[in-house]
Parts: sequence; C-alpha cells; structure tokens
Amino acid sequence: MTIHNLYIFSRNGTLLYYSEWNRLNKSGITMEEEAKLMYGMLFSIKSFVSKISPLDPKEGFLYYKTSKYTLHYLETPSGLKFVLNTDNGAQNIRGLLQQLYSQVYLEYVVKNPLCQLNEPIQSELFKQKVDALIKHSQYF
Amino acid sequence: MIVLSSTWRDSKRHLFKFSQEMSRAGSRLDSKKVNSELFTLTYGALVAQLLKDYENIDDVNKQLERMGYNMGIRLIEDFLARTGSGRCYDFRDTAEKIQTGFKIFLGITPTITNWSTAGDEFSLCFESNPLTEFVELPDHCLNLKYCNILTGVLRGACEMVQMEVASWFVQDQLKNDSVTELRVKFIKRLEDAIPAGED
Repeated sequence: MTIHNLYIFSRNGTLLYYSEWNRLNKSGITMEEEAKLMYGMLFSIKSFVSKISPLDPKEGFLYYKTSKYTLHYLETPSGLKFVLNTDNGAQNIRGLLQQLYSQVYLEYVVKNPLCQLNEPIQSELFKQKVDALIKHSQYF
Repeated sequence: MIVLSSTWRDSKRHLFKFSQEMSRAGSRLDSKKVNSELFTLTYGALVAQLLKDYENIDDVNKQLERMGYNMGIRLIEDFLARTGSGRCYDFRDTAEKIQTGFKIFLGITPTITNWSTAGDEFSLCFESNPLTEFVELPDHCLNLKYCNILTGVLRGACEMVQMEVASWFVQDQLKNDSVTELRVKFIKRLEDAIPAGED
C-alpha cells in the first residue's frame, strides 16, 4: 500500500501544508497553481454533492477513486480541509485523517502560539510529526 | 490544553498530577487536569495587570474581549477534535454544544434558559464560576466586566464555525446578583469562502 501526498487547506483556501512521499507523476505547474486547481476542484465537488444528493448529505464528500489512486477528503466544521492521496488498496482512511487533525495539527499548530492559523505552516516539529504519523500508519 | 477540575479537596493531588504531567508534556495527548485555583489566580493576575495598563475600564473590557476572541479561534479546534461533533443543525443545538464546551474547559455546566420566542437568543446561567472565586470588585471598578473574556471566546469560536454571535452579561454575581447570566444572540450565518479566481 502507498500514501502518495497530502494537502492541508485553511478555511479560506490557503494551502497550509503540502507533503509528498511517493509521487511519480508531476503536475508540471507551480505548486501555487496546483493548490488553486485542487482547491477549486474540491470546492466544486462539495457544492455538486450537496446539490445533487437525493438525501440529506450528512457528511458530504468523503473520497473519490480513479483506476490508479484514491483521494480522501476530510473537512472539519471549522473549514479545515485535509486531502490525502493513496492507492486503491487503502480503505477507511478517515481515522488517519482524524488523527492528523487531532494529534498533529491541533497539538503542533493550534497549540503553538507562534503558528499563524491562516498562513503556510513553517514549524519543523509539525513537519516531523506528520511524517512520522504517515510513515508509521499501516497504509504507508 | 488545560482543563479545570474544581474540587477543593482534591487540590493537592491535582497539583501534584499537574507538575508530574507538565514534566512529560508532549508525550501525552490526553487532556491534562489542573486545579482551578491556579487558573483563577492566573486570570486574576491578568485582569489586575490590564487595570494597571489601561486607565479606562472600558478599554480593559475591550481588551479582555479581544484576548478571548484570539483564544476562541484556537479553542474551537480543540473542542471539535475532542468531541468530534459536526456542524450545528439549529441554534438550540449550538446552545447545547456551548454548554458542553464549558463542561470540558471550565468544569462547570451552565443552565440554558430564557429562550427568545424567535429562538435566536438564550441565556447561560452560572451558579458557580471558577473565574470569579476569591474575587471582589472594588468600588472604582463597578463598570468592569470581570469575565468579559468569555464573550470573546464565544464570538471567536462561533465565527470559526460560520456563525456570528454576540454575547453580553446581564447579571453578575460580582455585582450582587444571585446568578451570573450570559446572554447569547445569533446574528447571522457566515458563508463559505469561494476559491480565489484566476488572476
């Protein structure tokens, strides 16, 4: 199993953090453009899902899958967005995303007064902890 | 995050636990319990310092609210991660979640009362309040809203979940009322941010 890469967006669409572990195909555009493209797509999927759903879309958009990879999506009620690409074998990755939120983002960004909440995350400690969590997960 | 436990008799044990847990802070992620007296007195020191720094009591009220706001926008993440709660269905749901928040962070359960007929306003009544233990207001401070930090916390936290609320104190035990009553009013829903367009 493989985890490809991770994006974290703030509630206003700023790319707070990006990290990749196993990405074979480069997008060929700058990170800035790529982040915009990604956020725009997520935004569209979200509104698509909430409009088209025949029932009350409780949690909304959860993931999508192509023939090669799966994109997992977690949005907190405060608008923070976690996006993780894995291969198709990984199932039920929500727990991992929740952990990323409650054990890494909360502990090392929210509780660090030197980290501004709407700016890209610079903290080395945060980077290490994300890396450790992902590498030790069973999906890596 | 510091969580308060307000039992008097357990104070020694808690203080011991606190120092013990501070020494291995970082390695543990569960909530750390702390005696409420430590918190009460620290908050008292903060208010006293603000009173020294600002001549005008209204400025102190404003600063407390602003500090509360800055706490609220971070505290909400802790609340969401801990409770795993989703977005609110209605304002009654919000009221209950705010109540849970007080339980988690201050160790008290305020009662929810006095709903307005439109359902957009309610009151939180505190019989005891860890912020104001050992506190007496001197005569020249009668305008001071000692707990004003709470109104800021509510505003900041709700703003992060797309809700604009206002809150203010209508009764205060420090001003010889029988309970402390915090009135909360829903103002409007904030919309989701749309992505920035192509330049």
